Amino acid sequence: MQAFDPKTLRGDLSAARFEPGPTEDKLILSMGPQHPSTHGVLRIMLELDGEYILRAEPILGYIHRMHEWMAEQKTYMQFMPNMGRVDYLHAMAWNWAYAGAVERLSGIEVPQRAEYIRAAVTELNRISSHLLWWGAYLLDLGAFTPIMYAFDDREMLLDILQDVTGSRLTYSYFTIGGVYGDVPDNFASRCLAFTRQLRSRLPMYRDLVTDNVILRGRCEGIGEMDVELARRYGATGPVIRGSGAPVDTRRAEPYGVYNRFDFRIPAYPQGDAMARYMVRMDELETSCDIIEQAVANLPDGPITAKVPKTVKPPKGEACFAVEGARGKIIVYVRSDGGPKPYRVKLRAPGFSNLSVFCELSRGTLLADAVSILGSLDLVIPEIDR
Amino acid sequence: MNPEVLLHLDHPLTRLVLGLVCIFAFIGLNGLVLVWVERKVAGHVQLRPGPLHVGPHGLLQPLVDAVKLIGKQLVAPAGSDKILYWAAPLLAFAPATVCFLPLPFDPNLAPMRLNLGLVLILAFSGLGVLSLILAGWGSNNKWGLLGAARAVAQSVAYEVPLLLSVMAVALTAGSLDLYEITAKQGAWPWQWYGVKNPLAFFIFLVCAVAETNRAPFDLPEAESELTAGFHTEYSGMGFGLFFLAEYANMIIVSGVAAALFLGGWQGPFLPGIFWFLVKVYCLLCFIIWLRWTYPRVRFDQLLNLSWKWLTPLALLDFALVVIVAGFGG
Repeated sequence: MQAFDPKTLRGDLSAARFEPGPTEDKLILSMGPQHPSTHGVLRIMLELDGEYILRAEPILGYIHRMHEWMAEQKTYMQFMPNMGRVDYLHAMAWNWAYAGAVERLSGIEVPQRAEYIRAAVTELNRISSHLLWWGAYLLDLGAFTPIMYAFDDREMLLDILQDVTGSRLTYSYFTIGGVYGDVPDNFASRCLAFTRQLRSRLPMYRDLVTDNVILRGRCEGIGEMDVELARRYGATGPVIRGSGAPVDTRRAEPYGVYNRFDFRIPAYPQGDAMARYMVRMDELETSCDIIEQAVANLPDGPITAKVPKTVKPPKGEACFAVEGARGKIIVYVRSDGGPKPYRVKLRAPGFSNLSVFCELSRGTLLADAVSILGSLDLVIPEIDR
Repeated sequence: MNPEVLLHLDHPLTRLVLGLVCIFAFIGLNGLVLVWVERKVAGHVQLRPGPLHVGPHGLLQPLVDAVKLIGKQLVAPAGSDKILYWAAPLLAFAPATVCFLPLPFDPNLAPMRLNLGLVLILAFSGLGVLSLILAGWGSNNKWGLLGAARAVAQSVAYEVPLLLSVMAVALTAGSLDLYEITAKQGAWPWQWYGVKNPLAFFIFLVCAVAETNRAPFDLPEAESELTAGFHTEYSGMGFGLFFLAEYANMIIVSGVAAALFLGGWQGPFLPGIFWFLVKVYCLLCFIIWLRWTYPRVRFDQLLNLSWKWLTPLALLDFALVVIVAGFGG
């Protein structure tokens, strides 16, 4: 690797800063930004002794798109499509976090029907995110087949969401004060058919994949993290729940109509990659529970509140926290009374979860680092924003 | 025809050249068929049809792939050792062809009958790892180097139980000639060494998968860890030869397993070549099925499996065979 030369502006700045340790026989390895297991454009500088990792340092910024700056250049409504692109796997949660923050700032009351639809589509989206994670994680561990089954399930789900929102991945379905369009008449029955289908598939996944001895060997005792460490780094979502703390924004600070649903918050005390895996697998069922309750109690009524064409929240600031598939999403909006936000700050859970990686991967094998990285469920566009 | 030409035809050298030409054709053809089988099996395992559009049921797909590979530019990365870099794929392929010579396809179709045929196969298949080292070292790539280092440790670890399990069978048969070992078994499954000595068969199968670097033991190329391991930098036919060598090695280990444990060409009613190919392809499908079903093991787990389980088990099996042979014979 060519070291960075400030005169010619050539070479690799990150590599130049990453000095090899004091001992001989060490290998500095740049893993990414193009690597099959870094899921997009994460780059990790590794110092290796053989295959043992002495030091790991994530390098970010390869997919930085200045979402927060873009928010300051657009009106409140125009910024909504950006939310689908921050975390493309759980776009609905980001939709909700931003819409919620603006609604809180302007004091808009969301109609009941919209709240239930929001909960249903967000949980559907969470399932699709977890299914994709499941397939991709097993791909990291060298099992090629499960991702195809995950995509088969996901296909049915994406068809439902496509008919509701018009898109399959980067949703911008939420609007300030509600949702864009009403759900089709057969929405409830299709959701129920999907949850029934997924529930029938889950025992097969458990028998064939989760209880596989090789998979257990690759996950159990790998990347162990206690609650203290998780809290210190601000890890949220399945990562901290895999360390035994049943922390969930949907329960801790209920938003929307989540306080009306009866659902369990899965938590496993082991703190290893397997615990995080189990949490996500359990959450598939939890989300099914919530979807079933939401579509069963779907009230009639309007789907949007009365909102002026140009949203101009009063001067002030507001925060809104949402439980995303990867953890706690917070959107902070500050208004100076004009048609555009004065400042928008996005708190991405992936960023904190990735920070733990340096500590978890130290002393492990390269293959374990891949396993740990996968178990954190990172979406790099969310981290770089 | 001049009778002198006929005399030359019976010369061992002529047989060798003819045998090699036939083997090249056999490897090429089987490579193409196997690529198709692998992709079809993978497809059906994964809820999709696999290649479908080029030719009937995608049969011509591997041919098109081969044309694409041949047409690609050969690139050697800057700073690579050019001689080693290009020698490696050739070295991967060459021993594989030699290994076919002692394989008995049929009572009347054994390219070369050697009384040390088994030793020849084991020796030349052991040479394959050299090409992986050269590829990893010569390509001046850190991933390649890691892959090469893995390949060496894995090959050393798995050759021990492999040899022990093979020796157990050779001892029972009292020969190292694959032709003779096959001939000593009968047409029915209970006469096969695989049924008489299932432990050796099992150990051989596991080691065969590991020796051919197939998943779940494909650590030298572990895609999700080392991008592509030792062949990260290879393009076009450089990669193509490694690919072909992998399939050739798969056919060899399946062929050896069929001859040693499944009675080779022996089978009721039908001609020997048919039974041999059926057994080989069943084993190949088994290896393919493994690849698309299991996650990859970690490196220390791989070595533990060999040194802590397979080697002692193979030793035990060998000792049992020696005792039985001692009392029986």
